[in-house]
Amino acid sequence: MNMKRILLLLLALAMALTMTACQSGEATEGSKPAERVVNVFNWEDYIDPAVIALFEEETGIKVNYMCFTTVEDMIVQVEANPGAFDVCFPSDYIIERMINKGMLAEINFDNVPYSDQILDFLLYPDYDPQNKYSIPYMWGTVGILYNTTMIDLDPDNTSWAILWDPRYQNSIFMMDSIRDSMGVTLKYLGFSANSTEIPELFAARDMLIRQKKLGVVKAYQVDETKDKMVAGEAAMAVMWSGDAMYAIDLNEDLSYFVPMEGSNVWCDSAVIPITAKNKENAEIFINFLCRPDIAAMNWNYIWYSTPNKGAIELIEDPDGDYAYDYTGNRTLSPTPDIMAKCEFFRDIPEDYLSVYEALWMDLKNTK
Amino acid sequence: MLTDMSLPWWAWAAMGAGLIVFAVMIGMTIKRNRGMHRSLFASPYTLWMIIFTVVPVILISYYAFTDANGNFTLDNFKNFWDSHYEANKVIKAEAERLGVDYSQYITRGTVNVDTLVYSLWMAFQCTIICLVMGYPAALFMADRKMKLGSTLVVLFIIPMWMNFLLRTVAWMTLLEDSGLINQVLELLGLGKIQLMYTSNTVLLGMVYNFLPFMVFPIYTVLNKMDYRLSEAAADLGCNSFQTLYKVTMPLSIPGVVSGITMVFMPSVTTFFIPRVLGGGYTMMFGDLIESKFLTEGNWNAGSALSLLMMLLILVSLSILRKADPNGEGGGLA
Repeated sequence: MNMKRILLLLLALAMALTMTACQSGEATEGSKPAERVVNVFNWEDYIDPAVIALFEEETGIKVNYMCFTTVEDMIVQVEANPGAFDVCFPSDYIIERMINKGMLAEINFDNVPYSDQILDFLLYPDYDPQNKYSIPYMWGTVGILYNTTMIDLDPDNTSWAILWDPRYQNSIFMMDSIRDSMGVTLKYLGFSANSTEIPELFAARDMLIRQKKLGVVKAYQVDETKDKMVAGEAAMAVMWSGDAMYAIDLNEDLSYFVPMEGSNVWCDSAVIPITAKNKENAEIFINFLCRPDIAAMNWNYIWYSTPNKGAIELIEDPDGDYAYDYTGNRTLSPTPDIMAKCEFFRDIPEDYLSVYEALWMDLKNTK
Repeated sequence: MLTDMSLPWWAWAAMGAGLIVFAVMIGMTIKRNRGMHRSLFASPYTLWMIIFTVVPVILISYYAFTDANGNFTLDNFKNFWDSHYEANKVIKAEAERLGVDYSQYITRGTVNVDTLVYSLWMAFQCTIICLVMGYPAALFMADRKMKLGSTLVVLFIIPMWMNFLLRTVAWMTLLEDSGLINQVLELLGLGKIQLMYTSNTVLLGMVYNFLPFMVFPIYTVLNKMDYRLSEAAADLGCNSFQTLYKVTMPLSIPGVVSGITMVFMPSVTTFFIPRVLGGGYTMMFGDLIESKFLTEGNWNAGSALSLLMMLLILVSLSILRKADPNGEGGGLA
């Protein structure tokens, strides 16, 4: 082979490589046009697989099920691959961000008749004030998981102040997460968990620094906490109610409560990106998830609080499949008094978020 | 604060141009030699290096000197010096908007500088401990009279077959309050002690992970050393301590330099170990960079920190190079 030809070949290869690299960002449409599909983008391990099989069987619509592990990652994927996803499950403040960015389509509620099953307090939420873009899927709170053999307390009458009690040396797991840790501290101080008032944020930072210097914090972590609580490594942990359910299931000495000042309530909801190609199928899928028996199946798999009235009735039915005292479980259904003091996270503007981040780093830098 | 992951058109163009330059280089080599040349065999590696080393470094530099909208800025480096730099801008604007005095909230955040100093201090301690423990081990392994030497080499290598993340997590099950060590202590009636979540635990994890990187370069140099030199030293009246001090040690300097490099570099950039064994109590520079990218989603600030880290490593490498100018210890420094 002569020289020129090799050169040309290599050049062609180089160009081909850059071309494919440029195009890899676009979505690939693999399915046949005749086939009805719905592309679902959900959290890892966040649906009963039997539900998907049942949906495909009943409707004949094929489900392309894809997973993400962080909401930030989800937003990036949805933006980078227009048309690739028909249903996503972001959390509250991310929904607000997506609405503000114009990323979401209005849901046609006529196609989702079962949406009337949603609990009243989850309708018209702060993050979707007109209730047009999202339908709740699972919800929960942030509270304290504690080991009843190590701590004696009255769960209905305990303040966040317990996290600053010097008696509990080295026995608290705090969340290594800016919004959550700042949020509960702000609540304890009587402020909003979405505060953008500079003096309030500095007061919260100073409280967290005081807590670290008191020596009550054992570690700042997120994913490891629930298993360590099961093993009895610490007396208390700030935790999401869903993780608390998991831990209590494995260690009956554990119990969960939302402190009396109130806390953060979170909600993961189904939304339809504006770029969705199969909007109607998406609505059929969301409606299916809102059907009480299906919502109960998902509840039984995920063990977070369900937003579905009909599902709660099915779960509590003493002759039913579950026969579970849902309303009596304070982790799954906190009292209305407490819920009235809880608030959703709002999407804090980026510049204020940089204040949160700077203050959080001050805490990290405290020895 | 999430940076869009899609790259600007010129980044793609730069990568394409890099590949074209690579193709032309190969073409020129062929032309100059009128056919194949030995250096062509290096081309797969050169291509690899362009794609996975040169291009990423260019991208990091790009992000470090731009803001979220892609405009040139030095703010990311100011942010390194003062972690409150961005926050102070917001606080000042807020004070002006409300007409209040927020001057008490305008402070310099020292987290980045402090973390860097702390990382260097931890890496220094780790290197010293590894050297003190590793040098005798290497001597022992390289000693021809010791039959156990080669067994020891194998024992050092076997744990390295497993990923370091797993080995670090394994330490956790030993050191926890309900872990193996505390269970034994309880059985003996000595009571539990707090072993996890201290900076010494982090140091232990680092020494455990990086010790082989100190032992093996020294061992290789000692193993290659002409043992007749020590015999000659003995003939000329040196006792065994003098032989070690005057002959073996000076000859093993290249291995020591290599070992120091191979332990110090990963120690400074350690992450994950402080989080798992230190419980997020203290951060090292690697954790800081990770949190900039993954938690805050601020690629620009993260890139600036990474660039400073690389600069630091280059400087320390050039200092170490002076100690081993001929690159006898593998030329790592």
